[in-house]
Amino acid sequence: MASTTTSTFRRILPQLVILGCALMLNVLVFPDFFRIEFQNGRLFGNLIDVLNRGAPVALLSIGMTLVIATRGIDLSVGAVMAIAGATAASLVVEGHGWVTALLGALAVGAICGAWNGLLVAILRIQPIVATLVLMVAGRGIAQLITEGTILTFLNPGLIRLGAGTIMGVPTPIILWIVLGAFAAFAVRRTALGLLIESIGVNQASSRLAGINARVLLISVYLVSGLCAALAGVIVAADIKGADANNAGLWLELDAILAVVIGGNSLLGGRFSIVASLLGALIIQSVNSVILLSGMPPEFNLVIKALLILAILVIQSPKVGHAVYMLRAAGPKAFDTRPAPAARPQKEQS
Amino acid sequence: MIRSHHLPLMVTLATFVLAYALCGMQYPSMFSTRVVANLLTDNAFLGIVAVGMTFVILSGGIDLSVGSVIAFSGVFLAVILRDTAIHPLAAFVLVLCITTAFGASMGALIHYLEMPPFIVTLAGMFLARGAAYVLSTDSVPIDHAFYDVLKDIYWKAPSGGRFRLIGGLMIVTFVVAGLVLHRTRFGQNVYALGGGAATARLMGVPLAGTTIGIYAVSGGLAGLAGIVFSLYTSAGYSLATVGVELDAIAAVVIGGTLLSGGYGFVAGTFFGILIMGLIQTYIVFDGSLSSWWTKIVIGGLLFAFILLQKGLTWATTTRRKTATGFATQS
Repeated sequence: MASTTTSTFRRILPQLVILGCALMLNVLVFPDFFRIEFQNGRLFGNLIDVLNRGAPVALLSIGMTLVIATRGIDLSVGAVMAIAGATAASLVVEGHGWVTALLGALAVGAICGAWNGLLVAILRIQPIVATLVLMVAGRGIAQLITEGTILTFLNPGLIRLGAGTIMGVPTPIILWIVLGAFAAFAVRRTALGLLIESIGVNQASSRLAGINARVLLISVYLVSGLCAALAGVIVAADIKGADANNAGLWLELDAILAVVIGGNSLLGGRFSIVASLLGALIIQSVNSVILLSGMPPEFNLVIKALLILAILVIQSPKVGHAVYMLRAAGPKAFDTRPAPAARPQKEQS
Repeated sequence: MIRSHHLPLMVTLATFVLAYALCGMQYPSMFSTRVVANLLTDNAFLGIVAVGMTFVILSGGIDLSVGSVIAFSGVFLAVILRDTAIHPLAAFVLVLCITTAFGASMGALIHYLEMPPFIVTLAGMFLARGAAYVLSTDSVPIDHAFYDVLKDIYWKAPSGGRFRLIGGLMIVTFVVAGLVLHRTRFGQNVYALGGGAATARLMGVPLAGTTIGIYAVSGGLAGLAGIVFSLYTSAGYSLATVGVELDAIAAVVIGGTLLSGGYGFVAGTFFGILIMGLIQTYIVFDGSLSSWWTKIVIGGLLFAFILLQKGLTWATTTRRKTATGFATQS
């Protein structure tokens, strides 16, 4: 068991270092960054804010990690967030309780995810195209549910999911940490993670090995839909209203970015949910640096773009190979570090 | 008999004719030249950007950055015309150079780093949108005599429709793109790359040059679309044209181009644009339908065409399999 812990730690070390740097930058621009206070029965502080504001992307990145591990992608999560938020809001406005609203939203998210999964697994449509359908149509469906308005609600139970606290800790933080821990546990303490990776590495051979790829593919998209629905409910509860146009807008890109920062290859295969969650926190910390330093928020996107470029260069199979060759050709031909694990070659398609 | 790879184009054409006929039966004024002229003018920038997207998708890639590049071009033009005395034509050339270089560098990253186009152009999307924000977050009006001159160029049809310059520019772009794709070596290379990078390399297609060229075309056309958009709105706004890349991809797919690359026609994209414009026009004519129906209908159409492509691919591969089966038997 100890060796598993060390290997997990080694896997997430780069993400921890980047997160540390981002947090240090925060401290540089705002010395009181780490101060956490307990007021009016809840925790306050910038660090808590980072954890809280990062919740939607963190939740999305759990599902997205699993989808990307199967060599897929889910572009529809932002639209599913809007649909789920609209469903929850319209249910409480009609007078149902918050439990019904939450379950209704989750059910809608599951249906959306299952639809994506059916297109990918049964009809064998490329994931980027299959999920594009719902991405385009989803906001229209959300508009239909809210009838074109921003549905506001005052149901205290539902609002507590987004803006309330449990034992002083904001609810979104607890939700994403519990769900993340559960998902990481489920894939790593059972064979599930291994099976998902095998689909991503080579779907045909995993099927030959007796893995039921169809059921697994549908379930990962279903999980992604569920995560998106929960994120949608949190976002709606936070603003006490469902905005079909803007809820979760472009969050699918942030979620993909979180997964990529987490060091997961977009070409499928090995994945780490913990690293993706750290990726989501890194994105939020960078946002926080920009806000705290008083830099115009316009730079946010430019910095994100540069971040992606840097990661692309590091992740690129060609650069990795060149570094490996340089190290092999150097004076100390073989140092103690093991050779990088064989990366799945990009399939020429 | 219609060859199978012409079938999606024929289906697109039939969809358009049928939809237009149905709309026209309900509202006879839909057939007026005014509506046709507005259909071309309102969709000009989308059409131009969809041509670039056709190149990219034919080669098996995707370009998510075009919407941001349009916004960047608009803001850049507005700011440069406000702050300097430079002539708009020179500014146009400058915008085209910047966006073409931007597209080319994305193509270079895709080729040399061997990264999926999806994530590279995603970075490009953030970068272009961020650059637009940095230039200005406000909507900057363009007030230049030359813009008024350009906007006053139109051909008035006998029954009142005004065919404006930007609509014509879109049609010219489609014609030129069709010629490039079917009559030049670069065009053939694009198709070859979409058919399979490994095969294309064995055939002697210069992969680096073609990939960089394709994304340069897409970037350059997005810049042109930005110029058209700034003529259309007379302003530059960094939050404009969010999500245009999705509309462009949808138009290309509805136009019958295979998303895995290799098959498709730029003419199909033209009718894809017209179908999408028709849906919007119908909703305006109807008056009681809400605008979000546009998205749902486009999503449904997208799904229908993807299913059609899947069915065709499946049908052709089974036929080929049986054919080879017979060949080995005899």
